[in-house]
Amino acid sequence: MDIVTSLLLESIKASTPLLLATLGEIYTERSGILNLGIEGIMAIGAFTGFFVAYTTRSLPLSLLAAATIGILLSSLHAISSITFKANQTVSGLALAMLGLGISSVAGSKYVGLPLTLTLQPIRIPYLASVPIAGAFFNQDFLVYFSLILSIFMWFFLNRTKYGLQIIAVGENPSAADASGINVELVRYLCTLFGGALEGLAGAYISLAYLPGWIDGMTQGRGWIAIALTVLSLWDPLKGILVALAFGSIDALQYVLQPYGIPVSLLNSLPYVVTIVVMAVATILLAKRRVRPPSALGTPYIRE
Amino acid sequence: MITKPLIKMEKVSKKFPNVIALDNVDFSLIKGEIHALLGENGAGKTTLMKILFGMLKPDSGTIYINGKKVNITSPRDAMQHKIGMVHQHFMLVDSLTVLENIALSYEKKPIIDYNEIEKKIKEISERYNFYVDPKSKIWQLSVGEQQKVEIIKALCGDVDVLILDEPTSVLTPIEVEELFKALNAMRKQGKSIIFITHKLDEAISISDRITVLRKGKVVGVVKPSEVTKSDLVKMMVGREIAEMINKDKYKSNENNIPLVEVENLVVFNDRGLVAVNGASFVLYPGEILGIAGITGNGQRELAEALIGARRVSHGKIKILGINTTNKKTRDIIKLGVSYIPEDRIRFGILPNLSVTENLLLTNYDDPRFSRKLTVNYHSFRNVALNLIKEFNIVTPNLQTPAKFLSGGNLQKLLIARSAVKEPKLIIVSNPTSGLDVATVALVHEWLIRMKKKNVGIILISEDLEEIIKLSDKIIVLKEGKITGNFVGEAKITEVATAMTTKVST
Amino acid sequence: MRVKLEKRVQISKYEIIAVRIASIVLALLSIGLLFIVSGIDPFYAYSVILSGVFGSTFGISEVIVKSIPIGLCSLGLSLAYTAKVWNIGSDGQLIMGAIFATWVALFSNFPQVLILPSMFLAGFIGGLVWATVPAFLKSKYNVNEVIVTLMMNYISLNLLDYLLSGPWRGHGVFNYPITDEFPKFARLPSIPGTRIHYPTLILLILLTFLILFVMNRTKFGLEIKAMGDNLEAARISGIDTFKNSLIVMMISGGLAGIAGVGEAAGIQYRLIRNISPGYGYSAIIPAWIGGFNPVVVLVASLFVSALFVGGNIAKVSLGLSYGLINVFNGVILIFLISSEYLVGYRVRIEWT
Repeated sequence: MDIVTSLLLESIKASTPLLLATLGEIYTERSGILNLGIEGIMAIGAFTGFFVAYTTRSLPLSLLAAATIGILLSSLHAISSITFKANQTVSGLALAMLGLGISSVAGSKYVGLPLTLTLQPIRIPYLASVPIAGAFFNQDFLVYFSLILSIFMWFFLNRTKYGLQIIAVGENPSAADASGINVELVRYLCTLFGGALEGLAGAYISLAYLPGWIDGMTQGRGWIAIALTVLSLWDPLKGILVALAFGSIDALQYVLQPYGIPVSLLNSLPYVVTIVVMAVATILLAKRRVRPPSALGTPYIRE
Repeated sequence: MITKPLIKMEKVSKKFPNVIALDNVDFSLIKGEIHALLGENGAGKTTLMKILFGMLKPDSGTIYINGKKVNITSPRDAMQHKIGMVHQHFMLVDSLTVLENIALSYEKKPIIDYNEIEKKIKEISERYNFYVDPKSKIWQLSVGEQQKVEIIKALCGDVDVLILDEPTSVLTPIEVEELFKALNAMRKQGKSIIFITHKLDEAISISDRITVLRKGKVVGVVKPSEVTKSDLVKMMVGREIAEMINKDKYKSNENNIPLVEVENLVVFNDRGLVAVNGASFVLYPGEILGIAGITGNGQRELAEALIGARRVSHGKIKILGINTTNKKTRDIIKLGVSYIPEDRIRFGILPNLSVTENLLLTNYDDPRFSRKLTVNYHSFRNVALNLIKEFNIVTPNLQTPAKFLSGGNLQKLLIARSAVKEPKLIIVSNPTSGLDVATVALVHEWLIRMKKKNVGIILISEDLEEIIKLSDKIIVLKEGKITGNFVGEAKITEVATAMTTKVST
Repeated sequence: MRVKLEKRVQISKYEIIAVRIASIVLALLSIGLLFIVSGIDPFYAYSVILSGVFGSTFGISEVIVKSIPIGLCSLGLSLAYTAKVWNIGSDGQLIMGAIFATWVALFSNFPQVLILPSMFLAGFIGGLVWATVPAFLKSKYNVNEVIVTLMMNYISLNLLDYLLSGPWRGHGVFNYPITDEFPKFARLPSIPGTRIHYPTLILLILLTFLILFVMNRTKFGLEIKAMGDNLEAARISGIDTFKNSLIVMMISGGLAGIAGVGEAAGIQYRLIRNISPGYGYSAIIPAWIGGFNPVVVLVASLFVSALFVGGNIAKVSLGLSYGLINVFNGVILIFLISSEYLVGYRVRIEWT
């Protein structure tokens, strides 16, 4: 395998948790709810995925558990920000702390234990041998799942009645309400769905990307996913591109290491790039017609 | 003749914090009639209809449709009973197209069949002589067109009953005529229409029956042929009202120094589109300049440019002979300029801060109650108490958060705020929208009092009658351009014609 | 029976306080449930924590020790949050304060008497500079400050790693990633028998009242309150929203920087990787408990600090990880903000 292909292979792997989390946040934000708690949901998803795989030795079960715990945790955000109309920024932060905290407390006995059961690549015959692009066809189940999911989510959002309802709820909840849409229900479903994907995103890290459990192993990917959501212009298909771009930064770190740049500074790269990209995206967005969902972050209160 | 009513609402009551919005209200609608629901702002008209449309839950009362008791708890229920509503504040998603907005309400299948919806839109458009481009986004449409979308949206659901909430307030007089024609056509086809309005002439000219509401109670149900206009006024307001009119209209001011000179002004809106397109005018002290036009034609952007809160991209503004183009808001305010914005809750009020802090918002650097860095709340207290008395602001105390005040009191608060410093120029936007008659009179009386003190006033309003009554000079703003210019007495029809002028770009 | 929520018109101060305390109690009870789930007797856990915190002068003195950085960060956050500028970067700003102060202590040639004051000044500037990036991006271009400040936290941690693993690693410390100890004149005095570095504590108390004054008596205070309540109204009233959001973010960064100075010069006497065990994040909670009122925030900082000390005890005697503090923080915060909705309503039960 040549260097380009192996870098691409690595980038795709690194981008998968980002993609899953970004997809989740895209739907959550399209419905008008800002969930800043991804980092916590991913952390707890990562631990749950690891824990269930470690104890039951069943990958399907561990993925299911990670998605479920993601739904559970995001339901707290849904309750506080939808039902109790709380400040969504702060509620999301609380969720992040809670997820990080619980995973750290629960996982303290499992740090560094070896995980033999991990997500393995499934080679797709013929396609996998295509030069360079073949990297996309020599991946594990969740990679394929996330790519297909992006396409499906794009279709659902832009071509179905339910997608239109999500958009309407996020843009103008009063109008959606007057059209007979249950605003709170749509927001709940989108937030919980987002939580499920973010839980899976975490599980991908502990089951495939860096198999095992270490406290804080999400390393800020949850926050980066929030920036990627903006960058994707809330579009699931563009989500693939931005996640891939950020995934390749991880791979880039390995490339740059031999050049004598200290590791601790290299580790800052994704965060610096996030700030730069977030700033550039926001400035460009302000000049273009694409804008965040109008009702993002504001609770809906029927008079 | 006794006709069995299609809809009957019985003993409906609804309480909001501090006010009883509806008190045992009865209402009935007969098939094929246009029924006007007449009353002042705050009389409970919209509340009653929001209950019928399932958007509000009544505290008590029952609704019957075709004699059967029904339970309507959401707009979805209302639609199933073939009731549609066109809200005063349009319920459209700006960033979506006409088609998508309509699909939102009526698509039954999971995957949207846009062709079918387009066909339906076309059919309705042709029947009632409405035309809107189904593929354009809502924000690209004028307010009048948006209303058509709302009506088409309601009709797509094959409604039997159409509720229209103050539909004419955003329309030019010619558009109003078109609307009335369409409503008559609907009546002919057996649809029933509830028409909410506070304008007597409209109620009389379009409706078969009128239900008059006052302070949450039904005052009477009458036929337009059986009452006079002044009967209706008395029913609506409960007493005769004295109208405040600017009696000494325009005097030549040519020898005076102009207060405001605006030259060829170009200003952009938040979407980066041209909002004010080459406007020029002059205002002298002691004049009221009315700016007529439907909201959204550049009024807010013009006002914000004058006050320095929005960038002027081209042109010049001079206030009191000083070039204030793109100067800081603070410095412009210091010249003696007061701005009372439209949509007071959104642009004017600090909802969670106290009445005192709200009164201080534009005045805290007045040397009478501040030093270089600090505010002397103590010395402002008496000023605040006097303002509350002078402008008759009803508030429990000075510490009450503004959000607990009623709409009328909030407007009085904003006026009081701008009266703290002796202003030389007052820019005021839709000052009486949503207010009851007594408060409207108070606002008008204040504006005329200020004019007599030689203050210059720019009165932006979509209420044409208000503009005609008060202004010495009128300009009409349409799509950011001045399409009409009147000095002294102006006829309402002339101004109205200017409002519908096509603007070439 | 029907439970009805009625909107209410006036809410007294006492009701607000009562609801906040109730929500904290509920939060602590819910965490008790978490204890049960993880197989720990909650009564035992809380009693161990309580007796550890309040059962000895040491415990109480530690509460004061940790309330210094939490209080300083929280004060700054209260200022920023009043203007609805969401600075989440206290932790990174604290680290930068500590880094700047360490440079003064170890690598500057300032006269000895000036070292400590210069360290405070340098720390303030360090935190302020670190906050300038998100502050500028937020106020000029409306870039989401939550993300930027969080990213800055990660970057500051990596920078700290870099300094400790290379250029600044101490000479007599083998391979530990720590600096040399500060010279005596670069250390803050403590109350004997405790770790309470009182100069920083006094500074905290003075700053609390200064900020109280700023919020309630100055033009700037009124301006940021107005901005936080209705940005549009503030803008068209001539308030310089750009300048003010820049200032609040920078001051809150500076205060966090001072907290970093206290930790380095008053507790560790050197720069270490774990200079902040998450004080900057925990500081969000007192700001909310106190409703951004500096004096109440100061008191609430003592409470959150007690949780920190309790977390330490739980770590040692219950074998729970330090992450427990984050659990406390998260649960309390969720209950607090959700309760704000209920404050606006009166719960009435109708028997029919």
